Amino acid sequence: MIERFLGWLGETSWSVALLESLYVWPLVESTHVLTLGLFVGTTVMMDLRLTGIAFRKVPATAFTGRLLPWTRIGFVIMTATGLLLFYSQPLRYYHNIFFRAKVVVLVLAGANAAIFHAGVHRSAGDWDEDATPPRSARIAGAVSLTAWAVVVIAGRLIAYNWFDCDLQPQPAWVNRMAGCGVGAAGAE
Amino acid sequence: MLEPFFRWCESTALGRAVAESVWAFPVLEAVHLIGLCVLGGALVVVDLRLLGLGLTSQPVARLARNARPWLVGSLVLMVATGVPLFLSEAIRAYYNTSFWVKICTLPVALTFTFAVRERVARRETDAPGATGRIVGAVSLALWFTVAAAGRWIGFS
Repeated sequence: MIERFLGWLGETSWSVALLESLYVWPLVESTHVLTLGLFVGTTVMMDLRLTGIAFRKVPATAFTGRLLPWTRIGFVIMTATGLLLFYSQPLRYYHNIFFRAKVVVLVLAGANAAIFHAGVHRSAGDWDEDATPPRSARIAGAVSLTAWAVVVIAGRLIAYNWFDCDLQPQPAWVNRMAGCGVGAAGAE
Repeated sequence: MLEPFFRWCESTALGRAVAESVWAFPVLEAVHLIGLCVLGGALVVVDLRLLGLGLTSQPVARLARNARPWLVGSLVLMVATGVPLFLSEAIRAYYNTSFWVKICTLPVALTFTFAVRERVARRETDAPGATGRIVGAVSLALWFTVAAAGRWIGFS
């Protein structure tokens, strides 16, 4: 079902045009990469504060309040350009193990942020000025730093086709993780 | 004139090792990007503040002081990964316009950051003046150019 839908999506004229364009695709990809500096960059600075590693004299809510709108702008640009890139080659990304790993860790990073905001951040007024925030805030910061590092690394590696389904033979675990059709060589 | 130097770069043991390895280039690229994230954050926090945006409740000097180790650390990481990336494809870089844009803008951005921006940030206390705004905008523009040209090396 998903495969048929993504196969159809990849054959739409806009998807083909985007993939084959000389400048639009590279511009979208460049915007996606450069926005890392804004989105992941501001997230990293906030996480360094939450873990108590840096900005120890700056109130934590300055980051979660004043800087967060900028993180959000970065997130919107990241998501919009990321969806466009996916749209340019849906089936290829769907069967790319780095893409799959990235999506899983993205969900974890999102869940971590949601738990932080619904949890310990509600009482931020109590520990705002503490150089070392409470343990659950430090954990949220550390999980976020780790998750985004994995997302960035996996994201960069999506470009490489080492484990693509049409490059058989691959180890069984690769084919399973990439969702390659088993059996015939050159499955996909 | 410089071409022999670039040829020599590519012939170095490090350059050849990266070029011949399947994993080295992608892994170096990925770590280079991690550096970009940290560098971006360390720059944006202070530059936004210089522009009168973001963490406006904090003195610029404090933010700049706190961000400095991350700014310097990320630059070291980016150079440490960028040099072997360059060595592995030095001849290609020589004929790549984006590479030259990046490599010419980089020293300007570095000089501006540590000679001008740092001095201004240290002096600014509360409401940033026109100088602060200009410095913040120039810093963002310079580093944007370095990063954008860097990304475009792979496309041109």
